[in-house]
Amino acid sequence: MIFLRRQLPLLITLITGLLFAGQYYVPHPASEHMLTSATKWLQIIGGFALILGVTSLFHQHAAKIRRQEAGWGYSLVLYAGMLGTIAAGLWADGKESVEGAMTAFGWVYNYMMVPLQGTMFAILAFFIASAAYRSFRARSREAAVLLVAAVIVMMGRVPLGEYLIPLSGDVSSWILNVLNASVRRAILIGVSLGAVALSFKIIFGVERSYLGGGKE
Amino acid sequence: MKWTTCRVAWTLVFSVWLSSSVLAQSSVTAPQEVQVFDTPSDGGGSLTVQWAPAPSDGSDIRYQILVGEASARDPSAFAIIAEFPSNTHYIKDTETAWWTREADKTWHHVVIRSGKGIEILDGMSYAVAVATVHDDQRMFSPIVVATPSPNWINWNQLNNLIIAVSFGGLVFYSISHAKRNEIFLRRIPGLDAVDEAIGRATELGKPILYLTGAHDLHDPSTIAAAVILGKVAKRAALYETELMVPHREPMTMAVCQEITKQAYLEAGKPDLFKEDANFFITSDQFSYTAAVDGIMLRKKPAANFFMGSYFAESLLLTETGASTGAIQIAGTDSDHQLPFFVTTCDYTLIGEELYAASAYLSKEPVQIGTLRGQDIGKAVILGAIAVGTVLATVGAVTGAQWPQFVLDLFRDLK
Repeated sequence: MIFLRRQLPLLITLITGLLFAGQYYVPHPASEHMLTSATKWLQIIGGFALILGVTSLFHQHAAKIRRQEAGWGYSLVLYAGMLGTIAAGLWADGKESVEGAMTAFGWVYNYMMVPLQGTMFAILAFFIASAAYRSFRARSREAAVLLVAAVIVMMGRVPLGEYLIPLSGDVSSWILNVLNASVRRAILIGVSLGAVALSFKIIFGVERSYLGGGKE
Repeated sequence: MKWTTCRVAWTLVFSVWLSSSVLAQSSVTAPQEVQVFDTPSDGGGSLTVQWAPAPSDGSDIRYQILVGEASARDPSAFAIIAEFPSNTHYIKDTETAWWTREADKTWHHVVIRSGKGIEILDGMSYAVAVATVHDDQRMFSPIVVATPSPNWINWNQLNNLIIAVSFGGLVFYSISHAKRNEIFLRRIPGLDAVDEAIGRATELGKPILYLTGAHDLHDPSTIAAAVILGKVAKRAALYETELMVPHREPMTMAVCQEITKQAYLEAGKPDLFKEDANFFITSDQFSYTAAVDGIMLRKKPAANFFMGSYFAESLLLTETGASTGAIQIAGTDSDHQLPFFVTTCDYTLIGEELYAASAYLSKEPVQIGTLRGQDIGKAVILGAIAVGTVLATVGAVTGAQWPQFVLDLFRDLK
């Protein structure tokens, strides 16, 4: 049992980890074919995992409705929305339009889903304003530097700002291309090394907490 | 007399013009030392043509690459697959390293692939010739027959492989070193605050919200987030505080369920573990964001953790969390979202600190040793950047070729 739960997953991780790390250095079509096949397998496994996710979602909200927890009405809306969309999708054979005419499924997607997503994305503009207001208050030396840099970059990125302060364009480019880019690259070097080290630990079974279970 | 002198003079001028014209034509020669071979370190379906530069190379003289069947003997009947000025297409323009270079960098170089009415198939032989074209005149090189085939190793990436293996060796050496010696670990305020955040949630009797990011388990940042979840879940179990982990990806949810379960077992509180502490919402970015924002506003968690990879939803999540007064700790390698996290969260683990978190929280020698390996790796990279900058400058100023031998070792050659 321990073999199936611990050793076998670690063995699979070791073999596939080394195989796909090596794949990067092998240009042969067989290697490309192996990668394509593995990606397809993952998509199939992902499809089955979705059943797991949807089951979890239904279970979670069914429990809320059954217990009549606070906000259980939203769970009813979720059930209605999900079952309604599945029914519309099955009815339309998964097509958004048939011979130029929009199906009910297409209508749900284009007139409900897309506007709702757009609304969520649009809220970002207000959130950026409120976050900027909070962080740009020059309460400390660091915040003051942030404020000055932000004002210069904002002035340099719009035609009016560059018209009013001609130097702002060059200074903002310098801030973005020299200061910002170098710091970003430094972060990326650290991230890459961290990711590679974590990958080594996982491949060789040093890090195994992602498997759950004890340390046997 | 005068007429005779004039005629002699004109004859001389004409002779000089004629001889210079003939000389110019004779200086244009057929391509020399033409080599055609299977392109090394590739996936097949291509041939490489290289030939020596000629003194007459210039914008007014052109080269043609001609391809025909292996048995063909007349290059003028071959298909022209490329034509370009003779002062272009050099080896120095290509991304090759000195250890895979077949000829001098000043030689001409063309790779023949399928297209333009010709299909290059592996295992089939092709006759290739190069022609020098000047005005209406074409001079052909000898025909060379070559066969393309796929290769098993990309030798251009040998430096990458050596560096990766060396770094792996360094990490494992550091782990063994850390098992024998104590290694200093600098404080990371964001991780020190984990206990504080869980304690606050316990005092207020409110739940903890933990997000694992937008990516699935392909991404190391999601795995790092799942590993940290184990530590957070253990503390939450000890303090008997409710933990909520909404997911965007079902497989991550399944893995995190196991991790959380184990954490509750290790804390000695298996009865407190709830199967639905980890739950799936949706894979859609903004639907997930709306749902999590709703949870924040309704349940008012006292501590929010944002670990893993994030995109445009980062500010929508953290700003909503900040409005509820929760203590917020973020950890991400998404450098493009870092400003939003720094602005709206109380503590932010920047980049590699996310990967360091499990070492910091567990204090296990194996984990700390990995950090030491990473630090040495960073020192090596910093050294390589400094040395590379000096060498590139010396190469540019003096025109010397030798710095390139070292610089090639650090280049990404595909």
